[in-house]
Amino acid sequence: MKKGVMRPGHVQIRVLDLEEAVKHYTDLMGLIETDRDDQGRVYLKAWTEVDKFSVVLRETDEPGCDFMGFKVVDEAALNQLEKDLVDYGVEVEQVPAEELKDCGRRVRFTVPSGHAFELYADKKYTGKWGVSAVNPEAWPRGLQGMKAVRFDHALFYGPELAAVYDIFVNVLGFHLAEQVLDPEGTRVAQFLTVSMKEHDVAFIHHEEKGKFHHASFFLDTWEAVLRAADLISMTDTSIDIGPTRHGLTHGQTIYFFDPSGNRNEVFCGGDYHYPDHKPVTWKAEDLGKAIFYHDRVLNERFLTVLT
Amino acid sequence: MAGFQVNNRTTGDHFLCQEGQSVLKAMEQAGKKCVPVGCRGGGCGFCKIRIVEGDFECGKMSKAHVPPEAIDKGEVLACRIYPLTDLTIECVPLPEAAFEKQKTTKV
Repeated sequence: MKKGVMRPGHVQIRVLDLEEAVKHYTDLMGLIETDRDDQGRVYLKAWTEVDKFSVVLRETDEPGCDFMGFKVVDEAALNQLEKDLVDYGVEVEQVPAEELKDCGRRVRFTVPSGHAFELYADKKYTGKWGVSAVNPEAWPRGLQGMKAVRFDHALFYGPELAAVYDIFVNVLGFHLAEQVLDPEGTRVAQFLTVSMKEHDVAFIHHEEKGKFHHASFFLDTWEAVLRAADLISMTDTSIDIGPTRHGLTHGQTIYFFDPSGNRNEVFCGGDYHYPDHKPVTWKAEDLGKAIFYHDRVLNERFLTVLT
Repeated sequence: MAGFQVNNRTTGDHFLCQEGQSVLKAMEQAGKKCVPVGCRGGGCGFCKIRIVEGDFECGKMSKAHVPPEAIDKGEVLACRIYPLTDLTIECVPLPEAAFEKQKTTKV
């Protein structure tokens, strides 16, 4: 049921070397640097995104993900969602407006898998990059590298998926689009959406809390995914796997790593989800095919290499 | 021949590492698989090794996997180690979480 959570808004990624990371996310992936703040953080966006930033890079000595933020429709919805979280027993933290530049107040909470999420209603609207809002051209000139279209979703690894599901579905109004069930019927992977996309956020069961698997960026076509693969080779960027197709979501994909070892995905295609759709189920016994539809075999790195 | 010899005394493998090249990259280039390959960026801790003998320089590594006291013991990430002399290395067991994952998904 709609509770007012609209879409993924941002992700803050920890990196070991800021300038190396900026080069990776701009020159290779094609994000655009939009600002920096007095904490040294760098703000980036993909060209079709209308708000000022969707990726924030923070230099520190432990890579990973600080938090993922979802934009909600308005302040009234933010107030209601905050109340619903508190009523459900979730501890919330107030992050004041402007803690991230040009972003309104954020309501932050940590789910039982150990991952921090935020809700916010306001962020500076800067419009799509390089194209006009009136009679826009098809795409802007001057994009770099993979020309990422948008920050699309993130995948997290951690325990207590059932408790995480309850918060996302029952409190925040997400839908379960796809799942992986083990032979006992326990859900070991859950792909959750607030949109028509097959996932806006996903979780895979893992004993250790709070691990970051990847941040994913959308590309328009399979051709663009292959071109991304070329760029990964040209730049000698650390590759994980691909280009290939997932069974889960059926997206066409390639995985690689930023210079601090955080995994990135660029992908195209994938199925769609309406609220009347029942979840798609994959069996854990067939996890190889569920994750890598062509190879039908898992690479251990995909399951165990995390930041 | 230029470069440094890296010997993995756990597996008996040895390969050549060029100056300025990471131990992990040299291993991959040599077609060896004696150290697990993860992110190659100092972030995931997958390629942890122990340096038994030899001098090296370190790049940036995640503190979660290589706290300062580990560096003193020579426990470092092969993707962020640049030899200054020939090196003798040995394998370090993978973190428990890696095995937990395999159990829980019945792969």
